Amino acid sequence: MDTTLPPASQPSDVLMEPPSDLMNDPLIEPFSSLTENKPTSKIVSEPSDDFVDLTNNLADSPEDAAESVLADVAIDTTEIPLDEPSDDFVDIFGGETEAPREEVVIANVTVKAAAAADKSEVTSDVTDPPGDLKTGSDFEQEANETATDSIIDLSDDLLSSNAQKPPLASDQFVDPLVDFLSDAPPAADAKIPSRATVDLFEDEGNDLFTEPRQTKSAKQQQKSLFGEADEDLFGEPLGATTKKPVIKEPKGKPVPTKAARDVSNMGGPLQDGYTAEPADIFSEEAVTTVPSIKKTSAVNSKTNGVHSEEDTDIFAEATVELSLDSPQEERKKGVPAVPSASAPSVSAATSLAKPQSASLEELDDDEEEEEEEEEEQEDKFDISISVKDPEKIGDGMNAYMAYKVTTQTPLPMFRNKTFTVRRRFSDFLGLYEKLSEKHGPNGFIVPPPPEKSILGMTKVKVGKEDSSSADFVERRRAALERYLQRIVHHPSLLQDPDVREFLEREELPRAVGTQALSGAGFLKMINKATDAVSKMTIKMNESDVWFEEKLQEVESADQQFRKLHVLVESLVVHRKELSLNTASFAKSTAMLGSAEDNTALSRALSQLAEVEDKMEQLHQDQATNDTFNFAELIADYIRLLGSVRGSFDHRMKAWQRWQDAQAALQKKRETEAKLLWANKPDKLQLVKEEIAEWEVKVTQYERDFDRVTATVRKEVVRFDKEKARNFKREIINYLECLLQSQQQLIKYWEAFLPEAKAIA
Amino acid sequence: RASIQEDGLLTLPRAVNVDLQTDATLQVDISDALSERDKVKFTVHTKSTLPNFKQNEFSVVRQHEEFIWLHDSFVENEEYAGYIIPPAPPRPDFDASREKLQKLGEGEGSMTKEEFTKMKQELEAEYLAIFKKTVAMHEVFLCRVAAHPVLRKDLNFHVFLEYNQDLSVRGKNKKEKLEDFFKNVVKSADGVLVAGVKDVDDFFEHEKTFLLEYHNRVKDASAKSDRMIRSHKNAADDINRIASSLYTLGTQDSTDLCKLVKVSVAALQKIESRVAADEDLKLADLLKYYLRESQAAKDLLYRRSRALVDYENANKALDKARAKNRDVLQAETSQQLCCHKFEKISESAKQELIDFKTRRVAAFRKNLVELAELELKHAKVTMTSSVYPSLCL
Repeated sequence: MDTTLPPASQPSDVLMEPPSDLMNDPLIEPFSSLTENKPTSKIVSEPSDDFVDLTNNLADSPEDAAESVLADVAIDTTEIPLDEPSDDFVDIFGGETEAPREEVVIANVTVKAAAAADKSEVTSDVTDPPGDLKTGSDFEQEANETATDSIIDLSDDLLSSNAQKPPLASDQFVDPLVDFLSDAPPAADAKIPSRATVDLFEDEGNDLFTEPRQTKSAKQQQKSLFGEADEDLFGEPLGATTKKPVIKEPKGKPVPTKAARDVSNMGGPLQDGYTAEPADIFSEEAVTTVPSIKKTSAVNSKTNGVHSEEDTDIFAEATVELSLDSPQEERKKGVPAVPSASAPSVSAATSLAKPQSASLEELDDDEEEEEEEEEEQEDKFDISISVKDPEKIGDGMNAYMAYKVTTQTPLPMFRNKTFTVRRRFSDFLGLYEKLSEKHGPNGFIVPPPPEKSILGMTKVKVGKEDSSSADFVERRRAALERYLQRIVHHPSLLQDPDVREFLEREELPRAVGTQALSGAGFLKMINKATDAVSKMTIKMNESDVWFEEKLQEVESADQQFRKLHVLVESLVVHRKELSLNTASFAKSTAMLGSAEDNTALSRALSQLAEVEDKMEQLHQDQATNDTFNFAELIADYIRLLGSVRGSFDHRMKAWQRWQDAQAALQKKRETEAKLLWANKPDKLQLVKEEIAEWEVKVTQYERDFDRVTATVRKEVVRFDKEKARNFKREIINYLECLLQSQQQLIKYWEAFLPEAKAIA
Repeated sequence: RASIQEDGLLTLPRAVNVDLQTDATLQVDISDALSERDKVKFTVHTKSTLPNFKQNEFSVVRQHEEFIWLHDSFVENEEYAGYIIPPAPPRPDFDASREKLQKLGEGEGSMTKEEFTKMKQELEAEYLAIFKKTVAMHEVFLCRVAAHPVLRKDLNFHVFLEYNQDLSVRGKNKKEKLEDFFKNVVKSADGVLVAGVKDVDDFFEHEKTFLLEYHNRVKDASAKSDRMIRSHKNAADDINRIASSLYTLGTQDSTDLCKLVKVSVAALQKIESRVAADEDLKLADLLKYYLRESQAAKDLLYRRSRALVDYENANKALDKARAKNRDVLQAETSQQLCCHKFEKISESAKQELIDFKTRRVAAFRKNLVELAELELKHAKVTMTSSVYPSLCL
């Protein structure tokens, strides 16, 4: 399947190349991370065996490779580094636990969770292609352009079980490699990973999917062992990612670097197998590169590693490598010589102490850690935005609210570390307009701002200083803050010049046309989109089960959220009512107490009145909490689900366009046939040209559709994760508030109890 | 048709609101109750060593109307004018929950099966709670009568307890209701008139002012507590619904978050409604009972004041008669009669009022202590069950 496909897809070569190149990295990366894992999973005892096998592979024919099915994949010498990981994979699951299958399943489940993490790796890898292409081919320009797009493609492909692309990708990747690494038989090299994995799971179509799975499991291990150290290291490449597109290109020879890196990644673990000594990463690299690569490139990679610590932007890949390698190194230090250690080794020790059978629970834990780490990664975007000081500007109906938007970030894409601008509400809407126009059709889920509220705003405008208008302003302020945070935490949206302008520029041109985007209009828009979607669903016979299911999920989630929102709002109302009624009951009780002629009872009743008074405050606080924690969050998600559906809609549109083009092409072909039959050569030429034109269009549209599909997929996965995280946070928050209020409650009633007992 | 059983879910407030001396010679309780369409049948169970009963232990089936009849017979009996007549139990009121049940039936199509079952369960629980409360109120009334030194010997009461046939009392017809209404109007007008009369006895004067104010206050507090508890129940219902909604949301997703949501939801769901239910039981019911009881005490004071006024009038009439020297004997007799009646009422009323106070203080103490303990218990349960999921998260 790997050899036949590339020629077939030759026409799309130009466009396919960058993604394929990118593809390859993640392919290898997982393995490298896997290999790193080995020392941990195996501890000291087993590795030698395995590595011996591998060395055999290196020297001899592949048939020797191993008893394990997975190892059988090894076909020639070049594979070894790649084969080894798969071998290792067996070790992880086979050696560590006696129930490997089960774990694979679990790992599989966690793939989604790993998506963000994967992505980070992928994004850092993205920087490769420009260099590769520059030296290897002429497509550098395009590669740069598509860089961001490919990020999406990649990570998405990683997740998806797209059977077609992976082999294709790896094949194409081979080309540059052939050019530059003539001493290695690279064609096989590149292909093996996919094949290896295929064999591994005996599941042909799934190669890409299985890979992340492995990565995942590998990463999990890493994480459970080196929670903190790891996170830091992972964070770095992310930071680097954002810088790369700008600075990357001029930097020289990524190919050798990359090669070196690949080899070192592959070789590193090998080296581990040979010598259990705690080698330095760089020296390790140097050693490992020897077998297959010129010394210079090894040096090169070495310096990369060194550099990366100071200026990550130069060779971002090196950073990734570093991040993957150094835990390994630490582990090496930590495992054989346990006492040497700080946090990582301690955790390593503990996880070693646990019987190697990583139980289901443990994996669950890992999963959680994983998520936490993700969260940290997310924070590693290192941009925090606050919307503060809502201020009414102007008078009467022309008045508007302005907010202070403060950004704090060390990201170099911004001129300053901290800056503040004033933005009015319509500016926020304007930003959304721009973003959704630009990114919506590509399948991005653009976070929507809060709706315009004529009623709420009129109250504010009229200048009523009552609690409801203060409440309104505060709600809106918080909603705007969350809106901006969602935007800047979106890796692609953050790159948008409009976002930067919005955050940085002193004066923004007045947003126009947002007036039409009033609450009702907005809803109408969403409804229209929904209608369109449902209409198109009928037409489109969905071939992708995933999308079918997701759409249904989104629809039902939307319903659920709406219902939930109503309920939460009603809870807030009832709580407020309860608070009022408690207050009046407290007064009545106080009066009853004063009327009571038994002194102790009278005293107890007035104490009860006091308790009830405090309860009133508690109920009040709970109502506020419910509003700001739950109701607002749910309202956000109702809006966001609208956007999700919008992105589905855009995918449908892309599909429709593709189908239309295909239909048109079909027609042209029919005309051609007719003309052939009628024997009209003059017109035939014209039609032939048209056909060629339409063929290009069809390919183009199909690719567009695939791209949008991939983006939507990735975005939805991201959205789901974000959603889970948000809700988790709010639930924790809610529970904490609940805890506090219950503590208060206990305090009050405990103080009351002796009073009640004193009644005589 | 629901049969009542002690299942520990809702503790039956058995004689909770009144402090009664238990007396082995006559013990009355409601051992069972049946709810039939619009009436409730109570099985009144009696254990007694008194000689006027044929057996030592027996049960009869009684309905709410018969309780009312018994109460009215006490009120109308001149002999008992000097006692606080135990307040009649309130009419069983299942209308609200029946209406809800009906609405539920209508809305059956619009909700999912789980929702429907859940709602139905909630309603049934609510119905059961009202049912138990009703039973408890009726029982309290009988216990109070049985514990009363004079009323327990009442013949009607004995018939009520022993006669194993239908007492064939009927509800009041329209005419009688109208008469009652006028009687009440006259009585309250008279009450205002009579209340203006300065009492010769400081004790009664003090009790009168106290009860007047107390009654108003307790009425207010009772109404407010009802409202508070109603909104508390509403909020609790909302929480329950949110919980089940979150639950369904959780079952759709497959993240570990959902598992935790389920844990917390399951743990927290019922607590708030229990808090509301317990407040209802311990606070609102107590206040309601004392609203009625203080009314009964007020009625006693009214009767005494009425007797006093009658006595004073008789005195005046006697003076007049003596001055005119006409019908002196007749006036003297009536004056004697009034005097006797007034003194008799005063004598027993004093003890009754003192008892009322003792009972009240004891009941409040008991209920407030229990209320505080239950609030603490619920708060602690809430804390532990919210700590667990937050640890998991």
